[in-house]
Amino acid sequence: MAQVLPESVPRSTPDGIVQETLPSRQFPGIPLFILVFLLVLPGLFAPYLAPHNPIRGSLRARLQPPVWVQGGTITHPLGTDKVGRDILSRIIYGARISLAVSLVAILVSGVIGTALGLMAGYFGGRLDALIMRLVDISLGLPVILLALVFVAAIGASFITVVVVTTVLLWARYARQVRGETLSIRERDFIARARVAGASHFRIMLRYIFPNVINTLTVLATLQIGAVILLESALSFLGAGIPRPTPTWGSMIADGRDLIVVAWWIAMFPGLAIMLTVLSLNLLGDWLRDRLDPKLRNI
Amino acid sequence: MQRYIIIRLLQSLLALWVMSLIVFGLARVTGDPIDALLPIEATLEERETIRRNWGLDKPLHTQYLVFLSKAVRGDFGNSWKWQGHTAMGLVLARLPATLELAGVAIAISIVLALPLGVLAAVKKDTLFDSVGKMVALLGQSLPAFWLGIILMWIFAVMLGWLPTSGRGGISRLILPAVSLGWFQVAVIMRLVRSAMLDVLDSEFVKLTRVKGLSEWKVIWKHCLRNAAIVPLTYFAINAGVLMTGSVVIENVFVWPGTGRLALEAIQARDFQVVQAIVIIFATVFLFANLIVDILYAYLDPRIRYQ
Repeated sequence: MAQVLPESVPRSTPDGIVQETLPSRQFPGIPLFILVFLLVLPGLFAPYLAPHNPIRGSLRARLQPPVWVQGGTITHPLGTDKVGRDILSRIIYGARISLAVSLVAILVSGVIGTALGLMAGYFGGRLDALIMRLVDISLGLPVILLALVFVAAIGASFITVVVVTTVLLWARYARQVRGETLSIRERDFIARARVAGASHFRIMLRYIFPNVINTLTVLATLQIGAVILLESALSFLGAGIPRPTPTWGSMIADGRDLIVVAWWIAMFPGLAIMLTVLSLNLLGDWLRDRLDPKLRNI
Repeated sequence: MQRYIIIRLLQSLLALWVMSLIVFGLARVTGDPIDALLPIEATLEERETIRRNWGLDKPLHTQYLVFLSKAVRGDFGNSWKWQGHTAMGLVLARLPATLELAGVAIAISIVLALPLGVLAAVKKDTLFDSVGKMVALLGQSLPAFWLGIILMWIFAVMLGWLPTSGRGGISRLILPAVSLGWFQVAVIMRLVRSAMLDVLDSEFVKLTRVKGLSEWKVIWKHCLRNAAIVPLTYFAINAGVLMTGSVVIENVFVWPGTGRLALEAIQARDFQVVQAIVIIFATVFLFANLIVDILYAYLDPRIRYQ
């Protein structure tokens, strides 16, 4: 799970002024490139990009190594698995699941977390206490284990994975948004809006929400990586999207049993996960520096 | 301080109670546990007998109260899959293996991360620092189970230095412990680095320098002692990450701990065992958090008065 940790901290300058040391980060061109070609394009256009059917293999082409290894062919550039399915095509189709799960999960948990965070921060009092207790509880749950219990109870499906991820993720949004709302609430323009007769709902939506969008963008970017890792772990344990739908995690699980004879089955989907999550983390760090240096300390 | 401890303790108990609700509720929405337990050809009478024996004929809230009062005493009933064993007994029997793995993983991560983090801070903005940052970033981006499989491939299959799986002896412990600890290395390293940077800049360090202490002593004695607080408190999060990580890693390396037991129990829909594992994990996790929060509040009085 990608954890957001402070990379540099406020430091005091000789004249005693505390200053944020911002490493001059470059525009994350390579990470964006990787994301587009590994996650977004394959995720959106898998049927047009994949050279082979990801679910039906040809038994004659079983366990073929990648093209640069002896015995490999250009027909299956990254080799095939034990029932002759093309690894490259399965990775391309697997991107669909990673993309869909992470986008839907981030959206749902973001909406729920933001709404609760806004209300907690804006109204305060008992409601705030209640929501923050829920946040504490939610952040204290043993993630994977709970996810497994969920999946065992309601069965493995796309919906289950999204529900599980949402239950685990909303709290971070809520906590962050609440914190920001607390300070925004005290500002003059909120008081003015109240005097002008704006309803609570309108104040939250039109006056406070726009001020937390930057934070949300950064948090969401960093969370997508975490969701992809979680989804792959669930798939690996057989608790994600059910087979035969190709997912990066379940491909690695297939490869684990055959690691002695066919290393490529586990290797490439793992590389796909690593590069995607790494790029997302780099992009998130960059966004954080640009949009919201405050977030450094979450 | 006392007030703070009491409030935090109550919070942890509340969280545990919610966990028990979740676990109990989920066990009931799986559908009739009787269906999973008995063969299809079982007669209606057999079903009723079992139902009465398990207390499944009572209303839900009664079932929950019975569950809760037994759970508090550590009684989660008998396993459905492993006949003749109690759920708690099974978990306790597997716990040492998990603790052993987690302990070694923590040791490895500290031994690696502490010096690396200190050096990255001392040699800030050099090649060493950027390589360190890259390693840390990589560590947080790769799935632990994949790392485990790749390590297994390299060291067990290709080089033949270490066995692939199972438990027994140090040689079988190395690969799973490294895979489990890797993520921690990355995180602790970043924490140590940023804490060290903070300390290196403070007045008292300048004073030790003015006093003419050797650079070695300044860094490794005076700075590290002050910087270590942050990464040490991180062990709360650590406990949780390690436990959930162990579920995945134990299944990669067929390590006979609670993580593997969890998956086996879930696949067999053995909810007594699943309940016992989740509640025990949650307890350990919450109380690790609690202890660290109290330590933190002790070290930093500002937190107490929030």
